Amino acid sequence: MKLRIMAVALALSLAGCGGTTETPAASEGVTGTVNVFAAASLTESFTTLGKQFESAHQGVTVKFNFAGSSALATQINQGAPADVFASAAPKNMQAVTDAVAPTTFVKNQLVIAVAKGNPKKIAGLSDLTGPGLKVALCAEAVPCGAAARAALDASGVKLTPVTLEQDVKAALSKVKLGEVDAALVYRTDAKASTADVDAVEFPESAKAINEYPIAVLKKAANPAGAQAFVDYVLSADGITVLTGAGFQAP
Amino acid sequence: MVEALKLSLLTASLATVLCLVLGVPLAWMLARVAFPGRRLVRALITVPLVLPPVVGGIALLLALGRRGLLGGWLESTFGISLPFTTAGVVVAEAFVALPFLVISVEGALRGADTRYEEAAATLGASRWTTFTHVTLPLVAPGIAAGGVLCWARALGEFGATITFAGNYPGITQTMPLAVYQTMESGDLDGAVVLSLILLAVSVTILAALRDRWLTAP
Repeated sequence: MKLRIMAVALALSLAGCGGTTETPAASEGVTGTVNVFAAASLTESFTTLGKQFESAHQGVTVKFNFAGSSALATQINQGAPADVFASAAPKNMQAVTDAVAPTTFVKNQLVIAVAKGNPKKIAGLSDLTGPGLKVALCAEAVPCGAAARAALDASGVKLTPVTLEQDVKAALSKVKLGEVDAALVYRTDAKASTADVDAVEFPESAKAINEYPIAVLKKAANPAGAQAFVDYVLSADGITVLTGAGFQAP
Repeated sequence: MVEALKLSLLTASLATVLCLVLGVPLAWMLARVAFPGRRLVRALITVPLVLPPVVGGIALLLALGRRGLLGGWLESTFGISLPFTTAGVVVAEAFVALPFLVISVEGALRGADTRYEEAAATLGASRWTTFTHVTLPLVAPGIAAGGVLCWARALGEFGATITFAGNYPGITQTMPLAVYQTMESGDLDGAVVLSLILLAVSVTILAALRDRWLTAP
């Protein structure tokens, strides 16, 4: 898997380099630093995309701030210097007052992350209510928590988690540490950590599909760079990396 | 909100009791017993003062978590699992607050005149009687001051708590965690209200304690 991502990344970055020599006008006016605030679930794929973007646009640096979408929305509304915001749900994008015309770029859905080898034999949501079983969810303000709530409601399973985490990576790390037996995380997060966790698909996750919007912010200090990054994410190259990481095209 | 405040007051008080039980003898040892490695022990006890609390939380997870050094044994032998329990919150708070108590009490002990203890001993008092009837009353203001500092630090504890004990309303979500979560969810006004309540309660209690315990007799 990692090899495949690396191969794709390498191929794309080579393609990107080729592109700039042919059409220098494409990267003209794009300089400086682009500050991208992105949902925690985008950590791996956006890091890859950022490197490719940098090699396609010499002299541009992309800086990421990954956290729960709700936290990022609060930070942006409080004046944090963001140029681009990529949220894991439309709700958190709407909370940001100066996002310009958000575009949905990918979709994602939940899986049950369990310890490698699935020692507790978890096969679906109803298995999570077993005695002594510890489950971590995201807090409901965070998109993965809202999705988990929607999926649990759809299934009618009454689940009491032991903790409500601030973003999906925190919930996943509780599984990696072995402190909980299971967590509801995105398919992409489980896929990025296949060395430590197994993913159990469950049918109710279809009732809780998250759409990820991305937007340039009105107060962006580097609007040209921001727009170029958003265009890159929405380009065929960008979507290839994202779908490679397990996201679904919108 | 009320349950977060109650939980905060309860866990901070329990953590203070735990710190008193562990910290006073420890401070006494550091002040009165010259044992090899005393500097190292003192350094280790004061480490939580300089350590970011999140790092303390990770250390606690590695020690007392399910797969931790002691945690696995605790669970298999006694069925005790600390993460995600109120007891876990108390442990996290005590871990971070202990140095405040130990430093205050050790300072008081070093400042206390040992001739009183020697006099008690020559008059036939046992070590325990000397400790409870002479040493403790001498350093009582130091213990009280340390206890208040310890309680205040425990009340404000955030990093170690959220890392080690998690975040669930009524079980492990103390006021600082509730403030953080409210703020994260975009409800800034709510977070400000919660913060003001926590501030008002702490100031009231500290002011009351100061009049009662900390003024010179």
